[in-house]
Amino acid sequence: MAEEEGHSHPGVGQYVEIGVILAVLTGIEVTMYIYREPLGPSITTPALLILTAIKFMLVVLWFMHLRFDHKMFRRVFFFGVGLATFVFGIVGAMFYLGGIGF
Amino acid sequence: MTAIADPTKAVARRPFFARPTATTGPWSWFTTVDHKKIGILYGVTAFTFFIVGGLEALLIRSQLVRPNGTILDENLYNQIFTMHGLTMIFFAVMPLSAAFFNYLLPLMIGARDVAFPRLNAFSYWVFLAAGLFLYSSILFEGMPDGGWFNYAPLNIIGPDPLSLAGAGPQIHQARMLYYSMGLQIAGIASLASAVNFIVTILNMRAPGMTLMRMPVFVWMTFVTSFLLLFAMPVIGIALWQLMLSVRWEVPFFDATNGGDPVLWQHMFWLFGHPEVYILILPAFGIVSEILPTFARKPIFGYAAMVFSGIAIGFMGWGVWAHHMFTVGLGPVANTAFALTTMFIAVPTGVKIFNWIGTLWGGQLRFKTPMLFGIGLVAMFTIGGLSGVTHAVVPHDTQQQDTYYVVAHFHYVLFGGAIMGLFGGVYYWWPKIFGWMLDDRLGKVHFWTMLVGFNLTFGPMHILGLNGMPRRIYRYDAGMGWDLWNLVSTVGAFLIAASILVFMRNVASSRRQKVPAGNDPWDARTVEWMTSSPPPPHNFDEVPVITSRDELWHRKYAGDDGEKVPVPAGASQDHGEHGGHEGHGIHMPDPSYFPLIVAAGMPIAAYGTFYEGPGMVILLAIGGAITLFGIFGWVLEPTAE
Amino acid sequence: MATDAYTAKEADVIHPETALGISNPKLGMWVFIGSECLFFGAMISTYLLYVGRTQDGPTPVSIFDIPFTSVSTFILLMSSLAMVLALAAVQAGDMRRFRIWILATALLGATFLSGQFYEFTIFVAEGMKVETSPFTSSFYMLTSFHGLHVAIGVLMLVALWATSMGGRIGPQNSEVVENIGLYWHFVDIVWILIFTVIYLIPVG
Repeated sequence: MAEEEGHSHPGVGQYVEIGVILAVLTGIEVTMYIYREPLGPSITTPALLILTAIKFMLVVLWFMHLRFDHKMFRRVFFFGVGLATFVFGIVGAMFYLGGIGF
Repeated sequence: MTAIADPTKAVARRPFFARPTATTGPWSWFTTVDHKKIGILYGVTAFTFFIVGGLEALLIRSQLVRPNGTILDENLYNQIFTMHGLTMIFFAVMPLSAAFFNYLLPLMIGARDVAFPRLNAFSYWVFLAAGLFLYSSILFEGMPDGGWFNYAPLNIIGPDPLSLAGAGPQIHQARMLYYSMGLQIAGIASLASAVNFIVTILNMRAPGMTLMRMPVFVWMTFVTSFLLLFAMPVIGIALWQLMLSVRWEVPFFDATNGGDPVLWQHMFWLFGHPEVYILILPAFGIVSEILPTFARKPIFGYAAMVFSGIAIGFMGWGVWAHHMFTVGLGPVANTAFALTTMFIAVPTGVKIFNWIGTLWGGQLRFKTPMLFGIGLVAMFTIGGLSGVTHAVVPHDTQQQDTYYVVAHFHYVLFGGAIMGLFGGVYYWWPKIFGWMLDDRLGKVHFWTMLVGFNLTFGPMHILGLNGMPRRIYRYDAGMGWDLWNLVSTVGAFLIAASILVFMRNVASSRRQKVPAGNDPWDARTVEWMTSSPPPPHNFDEVPVITSRDELWHRKYAGDDGEKVPVPAGASQDHGEHGGHEGHGIHMPDPSYFPLIVAAGMPIAAYGTFYEGPGMVILLAIGGAITLFGIFGWVLEPTAE
Repeated sequence: MATDAYTAKEADVIHPETALGISNPKLGMWVFIGSECLFFGAMISTYLLYVGRTQDGPTPVSIFDIPFTSVSTFILLMSSLAMVLALAAVQAGDMRRFRIWILATALLGATFLSGQFYEFTIFVAEGMKVETSPFTSSFYMLTSFHGLHVAIGVLMLVALWATSMGGRIGPQNSEVVENIGLYWHFVDIVWILIFTVIYLIPVG
């Protein structure tokens, strides 16, 4: 189909590639779980979080096409993500560092 | 080979349910998707709820006029003050703001309607459904009675069950379901509106209207919509957690089973603090339009007004725990939130100074809208100052749960939001209805309201500092509170009198119908370019915008303002062939389905009150109606 | 083909009549997704606060079946792939391929849901009920709301498939497929987060 000038559009092949990468990353996550005892949480927890972030970005930027689209979409979405992280991060910090109950 | 759909065959008319076409007549109000009609619907409904909330306030003040009042017992008093808060916040101030957003937003940005007209209608009907659902509680087990913020564990356990005799726990459970489901449904209305307005502002501005040429009111609408967008989901979660806790003993807030009541407070105030900015920013926007018009000067420091509004929106997310200083968060958290709360006074202060700067040196005309605008500036300043005293944690420890807090928030919400909203009513009334409200009566309304308001809430500062707690249904003689409670009640009835003056003004002005013309105030923004009232399509030709205060520029700056015909708007409700026929303006068609989708929700909500088959049936009926409505909405023809 | 102004176009085409040149429904969907971040964020943070509060009931280590949930996760991830292939098909005008992939997406989603349902029945049988402890409550609330979102997504996908069977979907209105796809992918990335934060990390 005709392409819009000045933007690259992933083809079917590239989508499948990303699908395979996602499957592989999930496999690595599960492997981390299987070897959780020898590795220890100080390795597995950050590793899992990084792998999750990579998967998240792959789906958002490629499958949801955010990488190729108008920047307004990106702004609206990442603002929501950022606000949620910030606000609930503070709540978490208050519970784990602060003076009530926990 | 593959079958490509033929677009000329894409429209299949539904044989049994033709889309309505009437845009006049009483039935058209049920099916309208016109933002102007929806704005009027919001305004009338919100004003009605405002009256109801006001009557609740008069009941409260009558009970408290003297020691050991006997008008309301504790059970009723708790319901009345809770509903007063819920009504004023969710069913009066927010929808009054929505009325202005709805009516003015497309006009101010030179659009013909909002981005999603049926979604807009849906927001109104869902809001109405929520209000009716909540108030239906009067007919059954009684209204919610835990305060509008409904703290845990009281919201789980309820007031002393003995006082409710016999069916105590079931009654409490029901009241909490009215609260949680009613607010959930109202939240859907707000969320839908937020999506609608954000897309409209970003994507439907007239040619040449850059973001920094938009009226300040539009900017405040924009920030408010983002606050709604992100705050409503949080209260949604809190309300689901409450509903599960009350209905099925799920231990989210139950300390006897590992839950934490403070979690409710965090969830609630994470929503609740942005909510207060949602309540005030629209009024700030209104005043930012009124003052320049009646000072014949542009708003002082437009960029500062815009950026301070954005700053308030951002910073509003970092102050919520200042409602929780006495809960025991610890010194680090308390200090951090005290600092952020202090800081958020800064952008608000910028606005106050800029409004004063707008008036300074202007050719002032003291018409009714101007008086209300100045009223907001003055009263909000007082309320803001008492707010700053709350930011000092040791002071707040003294003030928390006393009438000092009641004074603070009424100064900002009544002296601020309500004054601003009434200013907007007087200002845009001629545009909306085509005739003027009497200015003399308007001034009587203003002054009576101003005096009454200050008599009602001014003394509450003193009462609070003298130790009178909030939310008590009576007090003993000899506490030193008698005089100021009496004064406060007198003030409340004065406020009521001022509202009667307003209603009298509407009635008598309607009889006289002094025609307004397009631009009765010699104003600055493009909504005054159209007729009063505007035609359904708003502008015959959409103006090309070349500057801020575009209308003022065209009238007085001597440039030749260009008008370029623009095809029927970018709203997606236009015809299958896009409406780009090159002639004629095609407006979105009316629709039954927004109302139908909205109607299913309270029915499903009633299902949560029952067990077993009763629950399933109500959920099924409500769900089916909503689902049918959604299918109809999606499938109905968008051509004429 | 019709010769009027509303001709066949790809999803990312410029919409000349809008201020930013982007589509209203697509912007609306992204704005809505932004709000969903707060919705799920509230539930995820409640879970993280309560994960240790197991009140003599089941704990993450004792109750989760990671291999089973890994398979569910893989299925949902592949449904995102199917979705994006469906979109590519409709943009290319290949309606038969579109219908295959959109149905595949719906079936994968439905399979994920059945897996969730099955998993819950096992949990309940093993004494993990909604009201057992704050850990179980926040777990069920989060995963159930996610499941509800998946279910609504499956309904929309099936509706898309049915509408396509009626000849009413084509490259000229592929945007509706794109928007439903955005919703579907979002539901998937929420699960990507849930799988790590709710299942893998607490157990590890």
